[in-house]
Amino acid sequence: MNSRIGYIAFNTFREAVRDRVLYNLIAFALLLSGAAILVGEISIDIERLVVVNLGLTAVSLFGVVIAIFIGIGLVSKEIEKRTLYTVLSRPVRRWEFVVGKFFGLTGTLVVNTLCMAVGVLLALLYVAHKFEKMDVWVLVALYFIVLQFLIVCALALFFSSFSTPLMSAVFTFALFVIGSLAEDLRGFARMTHGLGGWLATGIAYLVPNFSALNVITQVAHGDAVAGRLILYNSIYALLYSAMAISGAVLIFQRRNLK
Amino acid sequence: MKMTASGRVKLVALAVLLFSLTGAMATLITMDRGRRKAVAQEELYITSPKVLRRLSLGYTGLLADIYWTRAVQYFGDQHNAGSSDFRLLAPLLEVTTQLDPKLLPAYELGANFLAPKPPSGAGQPGAALSLMKYGIEHNPDQWRLYYNMGFLYFTEFIDYAKAAEAFKLGAAVPVTNEFMPILAARMAQHAGEFDTARMLWVTTYQSTKEPSIRQNAVEHLLALQVDEEVTQLERVVERYRQQTGELPASMRDLERAGFIHGTPADPKGNPYQLMTDGRIEVQDPKILYFITKGLTPGASPPQPPHQKSSK
Repeated sequence: MNSRIGYIAFNTFREAVRDRVLYNLIAFALLLSGAAILVGEISIDIERLVVVNLGLTAVSLFGVVIAIFIGIGLVSKEIEKRTLYTVLSRPVRRWEFVVGKFFGLTGTLVVNTLCMAVGVLLALLYVAHKFEKMDVWVLVALYFIVLQFLIVCALALFFSSFSTPLMSAVFTFALFVIGSLAEDLRGFARMTHGLGGWLATGIAYLVPNFSALNVITQVAHGDAVAGRLILYNSIYALLYSAMAISGAVLIFQRRNLK
Repeated sequence: MKMTASGRVKLVALAVLLFSLTGAMATLITMDRGRRKAVAQEELYITSPKVLRRLSLGYTGLLADIYWTRAVQYFGDQHNAGSSDFRLLAPLLEVTTQLDPKLLPAYELGANFLAPKPPSGAGQPGAALSLMKYGIEHNPDQWRLYYNMGFLYFTEFIDYAKAAEAFKLGAAVPVTNEFMPILAARMAQHAGEFDTARMLWVTTYQSTKEPSIRQNAVEHLLALQVDEEVTQLERVVERYRQQTGELPASMRDLERAGFIHGTPADPKGNPYQLMTDGRIEVQDPKILYFITKGLTPGASPPQPPHQKSSK
């Protein structure tokens, strides 16, 4: 990796840590340990399921919220504080700045996810007393969640390259919701004919497909995830985030920063 | 000592904070007292699993766990309150299983909440059967679902043919229980009801780790033992009457005549009582749940005070 991108990424990570982003881990730990202990009291026979479902859902939602709220401020905050001018006055290209910011934020989320993954595995160990073969699929679900973060970070950065932080948050969150319903959208597109059908199909393929990246319920039951899905999801997430980052670079290149 | 302006502000703020917190909590407690009856009449605002699936944004597993917990809590609340109104139970279970069709406890335990007559259950065996059929449709390899369906046909519908068919199907899945083919054969022959019922409860005991279900299976097995022993003792009394022309006055008469050895006692250690009309009664029916024999005429089978599940 280009060393300038590396520096920007590392500084973005450091800034996120300084902003106490990782404090969400405390809330996560409390939520998970509370659930692991309480659920045995108030429900029947679903201790392991709840730990996996709640743990992975929390990892995903906490991460998406962090990705959106930090991602939307990555560019605008630098402009507002005028630190962007200092950075760009050095031999740093605009695209390097955008890509560095992207890697910094995804790095933060990967570290955050790793800590949470340890929490989920410890909670699993607490309720099941041992690890089982099927628990390996929980790690696959966590990998898919990281892929989800790549896309959300890229989208947040894309919107923040031309819009206000508030509108960027709205756009990114709206796309997250629509993308989570991608399968329904496709079903709707299949049922619609004519121009509406074409339009619906176009939108269904354009919005990010988060539903394919969500295998939480499946792994909670210990069901295997197909190797082909892992491959396709990896390629899809990389391509989609590359597309959004390229869009952000294109807009940022043309942006008048005076 | 004179307090600074900043100190006074802090003190007033702390006092207001404590007062407001206490006041808010007291208000909630007052509201809860007034609402206690209303809470018992819980409502299900969104009944469409499709809508809930969309609202969950794909996190259906967690939502299903929440709905399953709601179903357990609802059943427990109604059961504890002695209510026979379980109208939300079937919809709650339907939402749960449609959100996560692989949530096996919702089928197995849910059907056993639904099927038995109140107060043990909701008295909706039809809904229990529909739930089990939906479960088998989505989990065709789970022998326990076929077992539960056979159990339902046997206990709630007294339909031996369908029970036999369910056990037979359950015996054919790749991973099954050794009792399934035997149960299928017994059902097909209508053979030995006590033995069949005992086998069913032993299978239930062995196939779960849930303590409340295991305890329930133990109680049913004890009840079966009592029912069987009372039946046998009453047969002995009848044989004595046929031989001697009169009813025995006490268990010792039966012992002296060589029909029994020692004083027979129930599983809790209390001796069985021989009544003047020749019937056998248990000494303390309150501690022998689910027994159908050995009770005073007209008495209903005693139920356990509270169980998480009623199977």
